[in-house]
Amino acid sequence: MRQRLSQVLIPYRGQRGSLVPVLQKVQEALGYLPEEAISEIAYFLGVSESEVYGVASFYAQFRFERQGDHTIKVCQGTACHVRGGRRILEGVERDLDIQPGGTTEDYKFSLERVACFGCCALAPVMVVDRTVYGRMTPPKAKKILAEYLQEGASSG
Amino acid sequence: MASRTVDKESPFAWSGVRTVFVCKGTGCVSGGSEEIYQALKREVESSEVDGIKVDFTGCHGFCQRGPLIDIEPDGFFYTEVKVEDIPEIVHSHLVNGYPVERLFYHDPLTGKAIPYYRDITFYAKQQRIVLRNCGHINPEKIEDYLAVGGYRALKKVFLDMTPEQVIEEVKKSGLRGRGGAGFPTGQKWEFCRGAPGKEKYLICNGDEGDPGAFMDRSILEADPHSVIEGMIIAAYAIGATQGYIYCRAEYPLAVERLKIALKQAEERGLLGDNILDSNFDFQIELKEGAGAFVCGEETGLMMSIEGRRGMPRSRPPFPAISGLWGKPTNINNVKSFASVPVIIDHGAGWYASIGTETSKGTAVFALTGKTQNSGLIEVPMGISLGDIIYEIGGGIIEGKRFKAAQTGGPSGGCLPASMLDQPVDYESLTQAGSMMGSGGMVVVDEDTCMVDLARYFLSFTQAESCGKCVPCRVGTRHMLNILERITRGEGQPGDIERLNKLAQLVKNGSLCGLGQTAPNPVLTTIRYFRDEYTAHVDEKRCPALVCTELISYYILPDKCQGCRICLRDCPAGAISGGKRMVHIIDQDKCIKCGSCLDVCPTRFSAVVQVSGEKVAVPSKPIPVTVSKTKKGASAKPSID
Repeated sequence: MRQRLSQVLIPYRGQRGSLVPVLQKVQEALGYLPEEAISEIAYFLGVSESEVYGVASFYAQFRFERQGDHTIKVCQGTACHVRGGRRILEGVERDLDIQPGGTTEDYKFSLERVACFGCCALAPVMVVDRTVYGRMTPPKAKKILAEYLQEGASSG
Repeated sequence: MASRTVDKESPFAWSGVRTVFVCKGTGCVSGGSEEIYQALKREVESSEVDGIKVDFTGCHGFCQRGPLIDIEPDGFFYTEVKVEDIPEIVHSHLVNGYPVERLFYHDPLTGKAIPYYRDITFYAKQQRIVLRNCGHINPEKIEDYLAVGGYRALKKVFLDMTPEQVIEEVKKSGLRGRGGAGFPTGQKWEFCRGAPGKEKYLICNGDEGDPGAFMDRSILEADPHSVIEGMIIAAYAIGATQGYIYCRAEYPLAVERLKIALKQAEERGLLGDNILDSNFDFQIELKEGAGAFVCGEETGLMMSIEGRRGMPRSRPPFPAISGLWGKPTNINNVKSFASVPVIIDHGAGWYASIGTETSKGTAVFALTGKTQNSGLIEVPMGISLGDIIYEIGGGIIEGKRFKAAQTGGPSGGCLPASMLDQPVDYESLTQAGSMMGSGGMVVVDEDTCMVDLARYFLSFTQAESCGKCVPCRVGTRHMLNILERITRGEGQPGDIERLNKLAQLVKNGSLCGLGQTAPNPVLTTIRYFRDEYTAHVDEKRCPALVCTELISYYILPDKCQGCRICLRDCPAGAISGGKRMVHIIDQDKCIKCGSCLDVCPTRFSAVVQVSGEKVAVPSKPIPVTVSKTKKGASAKPSID
């Protein structure tokens, strides 16, 4: 782990003030922040592990568990809420049998609820990885999920 | 070399240079505008017609009708464009001079096709000052910004004005903080300039966290240089040498365009050491947020830049005296900075002539929710709420009834129909129990439950409370508990009063804006929509048919054709019945997901949603009666 992260961490050695960008860089490299990574960051920046974890857990962006191949984010912003965003989320929860913050057992999908993408004019919105799907309905969301599932079945 | 002859008969035959702008704002990109842009470039190239440039812009504002194409200088405007439409646009319009009418915006009332965007009511009623360049220039080219007068104000400031004169000009303009609180910007700068200390910081707050708001994102994506220019002018006025732009990590496109713009400004000597030979140095560093709503609060934001948890602290000392790293710091919103170059360029008197007595200039809103037209708008302060919703927004979709407009995000309030004549400015909105906020405006209709909406906002602020102040941390939790039980149909007598009392405690006992304003949505919905609360608490009924636990789904026996579509789709297996048998929902098994309502063919419309009432249905499936199918051949059951 130290070897894997040293390239990312060396430029920040001792820079306590860079904790947030360092966490972002490490997460970008590893996909999430495993315990060992927290220790490494603490070591390089010269702060305690509890402080690193305290800051990381304060911000919604950071994950502490391995994520699925695809991340599905269902927007629960105001515009999406008044246009039925909750029903989209509930449908995805049922189809994947996971709760927001969870990952399917086969590490295929992670599900997140987010507060707003700023695509409010297209509400309700669902985002898979970086693709935005607008004007969702529960049947449309179901179809999109099925396409991603299909892709997994045919390639693997 | 024009190898094609332009039809001279066409009134739109054009011989000059035209630019075809494809909108690449986040909304249009999600509709496929990147593919459209590529297809357009290919098609124009292969058509071999002269004088056509293909370029892209940031958010044009009319996101709902995206992807958008704007052809300048005429201003032809195509909406909801698809890749398949590109050959027709190129050959019919650009080559032969016949615009493609079917892709014009069609007025929802008259059905008339409108070729130019400036004639569309959505744009015609706006006054775009902050958004002046949004949708009209390529945000990734500093040349485009310079061509429309960009950095002219900066030159004026550096060559002809002292820092004091700049502050005086901004004070005279009456510009108030566009982040929501509305503190006079010039005065804020003056405090920071006057603060002792050589090292000073300037921060642009782009941590736009309100759900339902995307004004700052659109400006950063569409016109990043206007924000940078405003920041350099502010830094000069204050005497700051280091600037930060704090941008939400959820806005990757804004971050990318800011990086490009900052680099271009550095290359041109507009940022860095000795700017325009003035002996003035100023750098800007980009900081990405990490997803914490409370970091939009200025002291929380500074904590976050310092690499800590973004927990707000008490003021005084104000940031102007002791801010980032304990040094004097001035922090303004994206829109405030974007307003500065225009104020300097056109003069404070011009800016102050727009708006009302106490609220000068324009307000930018993200108009969303149930309006016909939604997107990014800019209006003079003092315009009525009704004008925004009915003139620009085109009224409510599907001819439904307007119920409320929610402004100010989770810190704001809900304004009912009786407030439609209310002028939109800082004071009027505060008086009505809401606030200007950063610019989110979500319009809701009769299908929105106001109790559920209050619960929604509070669940957001409760989750985002940093936990420092007990009234905010614990108080919002208790308020949310009460709202949740009300929406579950377990409301108790006195709950509304309890909510009011707790709301006051949270408001008065919290340190920062988050806690002080979090109860606003609850207070305003109680104030204006108390009858909905009593329906939930006393009658266990949700009049808008939103609160899941209070609604039931029934299949009407005289409409059901026994097609089995809902039966197969029901995730709970709650529907019984067979081919040509009337289907019945087992109310104990039903999870109220509403999928039966979604899938029931509209020609049958057999599924109904009710609250607080029962629908008479047979106890077990009975055959579909023939007489019911008599009406119209289309009502034939689909049998496979």
